[in-house]
Amino acid sequence: MSDAAPLHARGVAALGRALESGECSALELAEAYLARIDAHGEALNAFVAVDPDGARAAARASDARRAAGHARGPLDGVPLAHKDIFCTASLPTTCGSRMLEGYVSPFDATVVERLAAAGAVTLGKANMDEFAMGSSNENSVHGPVANPWDTDRVPGGSSGGSAALVAARLAPAATGTDTGGSIRQPAAFCGLTGIKPTYGRVSRWGMVAFASSLDQAGPLAATAEDCALLLAAMAGHDPRDATSSELPVPDYARALDTDVAGLRVGVPEELFADGLDAGVEACVREALAELERAGATLVPVSLPNQRHGIPAYYVVAPAEASSNLSRFDGVRFGHRAERPADLRDLYERSRAEGFGPEVRRRILIGAYVLSAGYYDAFYRQAQQVRQLIANDFARAFESVDVIAGPTTPDVAFARGAKSEDPVAMYLNDLYTVTASLAGLPSMSVPCGFSDSMPVGLQLTGRAFDEGRLLSLAHRYQGRTDHHARLPEAFR
Amino acid sequence: MTAPLDRDEVRTLARLARISVADDELGPIADDLGRVLELVESMRSADTAGVEPMAHPVATELRLRKDEVTAGDEREALQAPAPEVHEGYYLVPRVVE
Repeated sequence: MSDAAPLHARGVAALGRALESGECSALELAEAYLARIDAHGEALNAFVAVDPDGARAAARASDARRAAGHARGPLDGVPLAHKDIFCTASLPTTCGSRMLEGYVSPFDATVVERLAAAGAVTLGKANMDEFAMGSSNENSVHGPVANPWDTDRVPGGSSGGSAALVAARLAPAATGTDTGGSIRQPAAFCGLTGIKPTYGRVSRWGMVAFASSLDQAGPLAATAEDCALLLAAMAGHDPRDATSSELPVPDYARALDTDVAGLRVGVPEELFADGLDAGVEACVREALAELERAGATLVPVSLPNQRHGIPAYYVVAPAEASSNLSRFDGVRFGHRAERPADLRDLYERSRAEGFGPEVRRRILIGAYVLSAGYYDAFYRQAQQVRQLIANDFARAFESVDVIAGPTTPDVAFARGAKSEDPVAMYLNDLYTVTASLAGLPSMSVPCGFSDSMPVGLQLTGRAFDEGRLLSLAHRYQGRTDHHARLPEAFR
Repeated sequence: MTAPLDRDEVRTLARLARISVADDELGPIADDLGRVLELVESMRSADTAGVEPMAHPVATELRLRKDEVTAGDEREALQAPAPEVHEGYYLVPRVVE
């Protein structure tokens, strides 16, 4: 993003440079975004909590560090928002649910802690689908979020608030989480760059659990360069999360300028099959041609089990959710029903009152696929299909470095268009769930517009190869300007 | 094809999941769950003979850490969000008469 643009129109990296050069202070930056939140926040409903005092205090502390010559790096003084799934000790964490209305965590999530340690200034918490279950941000106790590109349309989900507020530049970046596409799909719908890292790259400690073998945290921002800076701060081993990887975190920003020449980009025919919108396909095909012009080689590959991704995901994720969400029992935290007759009544009514319809639906599906008599036919079969999907990727990555295709089958849909039909909603995750099941890093990059709405190019890589995805996206963004466009009402 | 869910099955699932469901909700929930199960049904055509189920994307063995105290007594902070506590105990309706 140009260093000559108005402050709010710049990305994380450019704002870091502006702070470094003294063009603006962290406090001025925080005030500028707080003013934008005041002006536009209500129309989008993207924030569930704003923390002006906390933001100002953190910004002043950042300015003091810089004045003393102790600035902490490229994120020091840069404002951002956290998805309301990350526990914060200074703000409520509701996870979009009535179950956690008013809940204040005793601690900060590792992601929150690390970004604060890097000097980032937290503006507030972002709206989301309840317990991260949804693809439209219509399943939130705080109400739906509007897409800044067309406020009658959804921003995607479940990190819909994060995506909408960054697209409208109410913050230059936000954290998100992705279980089956919840960073990539909203990034695509809102014209942003967003990356779901390899499973284990970022600590899940303090992140409210949905499906523990799939959940990963990652950034949503304007550019791949911005994502590189944010991911570098978020990633790394955390002794408090046994699944977090001990592999060192590469210097993603330094790797951005890696040459694309000779890079083999796999194009799976299965991602261009029936159901893909023609306008989306045209943008993605043009993006692939651009990668080729940049020096990459396009290689046809096959992911034969692609079509089993959605069914396997919608068994595995609800099964894990039904187990994870059993912790909400009205006893230790969260909503509690009034005047329970006995312990069972306390559990059953607290959970019925606290969970919305989609969360309840997924818990019941999870209970079904795990129950005696159905376990082998559903849960075991889904785990076997998951292995087949992982095998497909492993085979493809023998001949290519990156796999590219559309992030979503269509652009953002109208609010209400799919909210009555769970299956139609689930099918939106068609292209994103497979990388989640395989645990691979995957990102969405703006690659054009169809029907005046943003389109996302999805890039998936080998495990822990985030650096290559980010550098390819960075090269692409050096040759295109889709990522630099802002929705008209929020310029 | 699995048979579509009936209301009694939904009632059983809801009991297993400890979520109360009103009688007039049983039908609509059965319909919704039936549609989702129909969707996931299609993966049963995948040939998975001899395929090891994949429970987790990371195939590393669990690490052990040193047996050291890493956190002190945080009972008060951890119980602060609880709906009802008394002298360090979580309160629930009487279970034993």
